[in-house]
Amino acid sequence: MPTTSPASIAAALEAEGYLPDDRIAQVVFLAERLEKPILVEGPAGVGKTELAKALASVHGRRLIRLQCYEGLDEAKALYEWNYRKQLLRIQADAQTDWSELAGDIFSEEFLLTRPLLEAIRSIDPVVLLIDEIDRVEMETEALLLEVLSDFQVSIPELGTIEASSRPLVLLTSNNTRELSEALKRRCLFLHIDYPSIERETAILLARVPELPKALAESKARIVASIRSEPIRKPPSVSESLDWARTLITLGIDQLDGTAVTDTLHVLLKYQADIDKVALSLEPVE
Amino acid sequence: MSDAVAHQAPNRILMLRVLTGFVEELRAVGIPVSMVEAIDAARGIEYVDLGSRSALRAVLGSTLVKNARHYAAFEAAFEVYFSSVGPPAGSVEDEARSEGARALLAGLAGAGGPGGGNGDDTSDLVAALLRALQDRDEALLQAVVRASVDRLAGIEPGRPVGGAYYLYRVMRRLELERLQTELVEVAVREATSSLERRLQSEEIERRLTQFREMLRSEIRKRLVADRGPQAVARTLRRPLVEDVDLMSATRDQLVEAERVVHPLSRRLATRLSQRRRQGNRGRLDIRRTMRASLSTGGVPVDPHFRRPRPGKPEIVLLCDISGSVATFARFTMQIVYAIAAQFSRVRSFAFIDGMDEVTSFFGPGVDFPTAMRRIGAEAEVVWLDGHSDYGNAFGAFRDRFLEDAVSRRTTVIVTGDARSNYHDANAEALRDIARSSRALFWLNPEKQRYWDTGDSIMGIYSPWCDEVSEVRNLRQLERFVERVAIPTTRPIRPVV
Repeated sequence: MPTTSPASIAAALEAEGYLPDDRIAQVVFLAERLEKPILVEGPAGVGKTELAKALASVHGRRLIRLQCYEGLDEAKALYEWNYRKQLLRIQADAQTDWSELAGDIFSEEFLLTRPLLEAIRSIDPVVLLIDEIDRVEMETEALLLEVLSDFQVSIPELGTIEASSRPLVLLTSNNTRELSEALKRRCLFLHIDYPSIERETAILLARVPELPKALAESKARIVASIRSEPIRKPPSVSESLDWARTLITLGIDQLDGTAVTDTLHVLLKYQADIDKVALSLEPVE
Repeated sequence: MSDAVAHQAPNRILMLRVLTGFVEELRAVGIPVSMVEAIDAARGIEYVDLGSRSALRAVLGSTLVKNARHYAAFEAAFEVYFSSVGPPAGSVEDEARSEGARALLAGLAGAGGPGGGNGDDTSDLVAALLRALQDRDEALLQAVVRASVDRLAGIEPGRPVGGAYYLYRVMRRLELERLQTELVEVAVREATSSLERRLQSEEIERRLTQFREMLRSEIRKRLVADRGPQAVARTLRRPLVEDVDLMSATRDQLVEAERVVHPLSRRLATRLSQRRRQGNRGRLDIRRTMRASLSTGGVPVDPHFRRPRPGKPEIVLLCDISGSVATFARFTMQIVYAIAAQFSRVRSFAFIDGMDEVTSFFGPGVDFPTAMRRIGAEAEVVWLDGHSDYGNAFGAFRDRFLEDAVSRRTTVIVTGDARSNYHDANAEALRDIARSSRALFWLNPEKQRYWDTGDSIMGIYSPWCDEVSEVRNLRQLERFVERVAIPTTRPIRPVV
């Protein structure tokens, strides 16, 4: 589906149930035009991964996901030679001349593709999501650079494999460490923060349709108010959604201090935070 | 490209020129912008509607700034350089919604003009403002902003100012604070519950903050029209939060520093634990290698190694928490405790003219400002008169804690300005502490050129320290803590 302007991207994302703000739509539009990856950063639970999923369904593309973790290496991210199969091949015909065999066992038949190579080799364009890039070591980032800037992968035994179609690439980061300059330079930077009250209301309504509009708005305001407190882990959008569902399950349709205090544990995950917020909500008569 | 975009061509050339100046300004603030990123920004502009501020901001923001912490500085510079981008003045007024709003607008326009006849009477402005806030009428609000700046700011052309005074003048003439109090009072009276009250007053504050921001940007726009973007940007330039001098920081800057110190130390912790685990690979793990080789027909394709476990340093903090350097002590403790997992043990001691152990005040998830207040009230940090006395404090530490707290594996970190109010230096006490420890570092938050002036006796103590560092902002503090935490870079003195 062609996206001709930021507004049409916003509309298409909305149709998929993802409500982008103006910035998000602009940056996605720009990334598609400049064919550059987007580095999405922000607190946990504001919908970074969701954005990639929504984009994939907007374009009707397959989503290929590389979940990063500490110790992720080339063999898990790019490609790996299938040693076992190669050994079997060698043992199977021990009589064959070595020169013949050497070329043979380094062919595509013995190559295991991993997410990055898969995204490059796909005939149909895909959306590539590299999730939580900040979890890998600084040195491992370098593996990504060739893919991100030139959309190609070099395999010593086979040569360079170029992308048959340009994937749309999103990287997400929870900002637990500074990413390398080289990586940042190759990406467009998109910081997604907690949504404004208006946007959060819209998100609540879109995701929890049975919620009355007035209740959604006062919920969004209460959550925004809690986020402004100096607490350890401010409630994320997903926790705000959980909270909305909880209130509906409990049949609460009128929000007052007690109702909020009783359900705080859905929004907040630390006892110290719960105590602090409960105290600040306590009526001071 | 469409016609609408094509005929903007000369506009684009102008835009590129502005962009060059803008990039230079960002670099001057301290935001690293590479050549490639500047080119990306220029390419990005090709695809954007130049009449839209938010679109332009999104393009420049995503191509030039790659760190959320730098966003505030970017926004400020953007406001200055692209203040004129947007719908031309007067065009939005026509869209004002209600009949009443239109009448108010006409009234404002009639009384308009700088120094216009009724400059002293602001009742029409206040009425229009209240109306705009109530109806959330953006157009009317914008008109009020423009009229207020016209009539009340009294901008004097050519003066090299940042506009804070003009803003103050407008706000005082509109009596904005009184207005806010009144609005809150009305809302509180009408509210049915305490939760409702709180939400209402937050809503009022949010709208008035928006109004204040609009005033600020309108004033800035006038200043730029008067003196040009370069000059205004230079006047408004503020250091990035990690470069703010903690000793002379304003309250707002401290609040901001407070906000970044947690993510900053968390990042430091991750980096350190990764560095610790990587290092050299350690010895070959024969058992795991053999096991793995079974799946490749006994060929050890994949060698496994044992992970090395380098020793962790033990930390003792001695922090001067008297008035002038208390903030600095708090930030130091906050960072050290945030990465406590990197040390085998952290003990902290606070002093003014007496010394007491305060380790028990800090646990996981502790609120640092509260902990610091409790220390001031409960720990025995004051011995005589509550003025810093380093000599007595070091003496007290040597007599009461040295044997128990400091060993050959301990790194001692002292923070303070070494201003001892002309008391006896008691350098032997510090010497004894240094001799029993592995290393002793001193962090001084004062500018180096002020050391040894007045009652500062840094020079008397420094011979016993392995290193004395001037540490005045978060960036330097982070770098220091990182260096201490990595065992290989820690100096080890010969046993005396």
